[in-house]
Amino acid sequence: MSIKRILPLLVLVLAGLGALFSGPLTAQERPGPLRIIIDEGVIEPLPFAVPDFIAENAAAREYAARITRIVAADLQSTGLFREIPKEAFISSVTSFDAPVQFGDWKAINAQALITGAVSVSGRRLTVKFRLYDVFSGAPLGKGLQFAGTTASWRRMGHKVADAVYSRITGEGPYFDSRVAFIAESGPKNARVKRLAIMDYDGANVQYLTDGRALVLAPRFSPAGDRLLYTSYESGFPRVYLLDLGSLRRRALDEQPGTMSFAPRFSPDGRTVLLSLSVGGNTDIYSLDLATGNRRRLTSAPSIEIAPSFSPDGRQIVFTSDRSGSSQLYIMPAGGGEPRRISRGKGRYNTPVWSPRGDLIAFTKQNKGRFHIGVMQIDGTEERLLTSSFLDEGPTWAPNGRVIMFTRETAGAGGTSALYTVDTSGRNLRRVPMKGAASDPAWSPLLK
Amino acid sequence: MKHLKKIVLLIAVLGVSACTDPGRFGPGAGGAGAGAGAGLGGAASDPRSPEYFRQTVGDRVLFAVDQSTLSPEARATLDGQAQWLLDNPEYSAIIEGHADERGTREYNLALGARRAAAVKEYLVARGVAGTRLSTVSYGKERPIAICSEESCYAQNRRAVTVITAGGGV
Repeated sequence: MSIKRILPLLVLVLAGLGALFSGPLTAQERPGPLRIIIDEGVIEPLPFAVPDFIAENAAAREYAARITRIVAADLQSTGLFREIPKEAFISSVTSFDAPVQFGDWKAINAQALITGAVSVSGRRLTVKFRLYDVFSGAPLGKGLQFAGTTASWRRMGHKVADAVYSRITGEGPYFDSRVAFIAESGPKNARVKRLAIMDYDGANVQYLTDGRALVLAPRFSPAGDRLLYTSYESGFPRVYLLDLGSLRRRALDEQPGTMSFAPRFSPDGRTVLLSLSVGGNTDIYSLDLATGNRRRLTSAPSIEIAPSFSPDGRQIVFTSDRSGSSQLYIMPAGGGEPRRISRGKGRYNTPVWSPRGDLIAFTKQNKGRFHIGVMQIDGTEERLLTSSFLDEGPTWAPNGRVIMFTRETAGAGGTSALYTVDTSGRNLRRVPMKGAASDPAWSPLLK
Repeated sequence: MKHLKKIVLLIAVLGVSACTDPGRFGPGAGGAGAGAGAGLGGAASDPRSPEYFRQTVGDRVLFAVDQSTLSPEARATLDGQAQWLLDNPEYSAIIEGHADERGTREYNLALGARRAAAVKEYLVARGVAGTRLSTVSYGKERPIAICSEESCYAQNRRAVTVITAGGGV
């Protein structure tokens, strides 16, 4: 049960081809720059072509086509891109360095063309690629090369897709990332829950606990090397810290007669916020991981839970029912007078500060429905992105553009699955997985 | 914390002492997990058996939506629980707080903690040594009724007193 440490990484070598862009073109030739602005209204997905990457040697043959499929799947999953099926291709690409027949790609209305090549030497796999703006007949950005182990071949595909996505949207990448979650099995009244981790797209699932103890809600460290989660292995809910490299773990707060849960790291990874129930009253505490020093940040008879730091580490958003129902509040990182930010009808929970710092995602319960929503940090411009019998627990993609969450269906046979949605509310998708799952936590971008 | 005031009042009226001598119960089960009482049982007809406690005294009380206030019915059940625990000092109890599925996981954990604590406070007020009682919240993780209707939710919004071996520390 070991996590294979994937330490390939990223040799950024430019594969030549400098020129960024090209001479002016008429409006007729060129419908617009090769650019997607995500904030703009309805987006017509941008058509792209990605011919199978060239296998530059025999050992690369089993990887080249599969890596190409990863690139295509990543881009399609955003809802911003549409792949042109290869049956429509006029040109074939037989060599990475052969001149591109732009006319052939323009004829099938491919606006972006991605070409690539894969070579394998021993356990080392190298992928290089180029992105072309077909209508300008020029490369968009420099060619890039990524190297890793053959075992990490999927990551090489994600890296290519990330580069393409970032160049065309101007947004940060997010495909080369992982998700920690709770794998669920068994009937609703005897659910077995295991801590697990996978690639962001549902591949490479690995289990980190055996299901004997109930486990809940993992959270990634800012460096992606550790997880916090809640486990009942002592008989009582307690927060544990798991090192993903060594798989060593320890309980963080072992005060007898108390329960701890809903942990989150500080942006520097040195402090953990958690919710601690003492005598039935739950408040927020911070815990210094090095010294073990604990500091109480709220002290009210109401429920104070689910703290989440701002990316600059100066403020904390959390849930409190001091007003009579769960609402969102922000307080200084060291504690102090909280100010309420949620103003709409209904109950608000599980606030999570966006990695960009601009939005807070939350779960909202209103009139028998559950929603994932976002609001500005002053509580204005609330937008509900989803609606169902039970949606909860948002987690942000590393670029702050996509949110993953748990959706649970109703009834005796109800099960949980992971979904993603854009912060625009578009592109609701179920994460393709074999089993039931809940409580996703999106990692930072892998290094 | 309305129920706290009521409990204080109750203590004043009944003259029940919240203090008992934990020393006479001997060493306890200390840190026993939920379900530690599973092996305990005995004949349901034996008033001193945990099975009798479960079936006849009543091991659970129910709560209204989002509430941890004890209803008159719940208090009557807990009066019986307190008496049984006072009569059977060789046992301890873990009070499990639960919630229905109509809430987020984390909020329901806090709500279950409130419910378990409300039960513990009541039992302590009726004379059971606090050292014999521990609490745990399962939030919405352990429903006993699995439909997604109020008839099931009402059964799941509960606190269950699980009898364990040992008289507390």
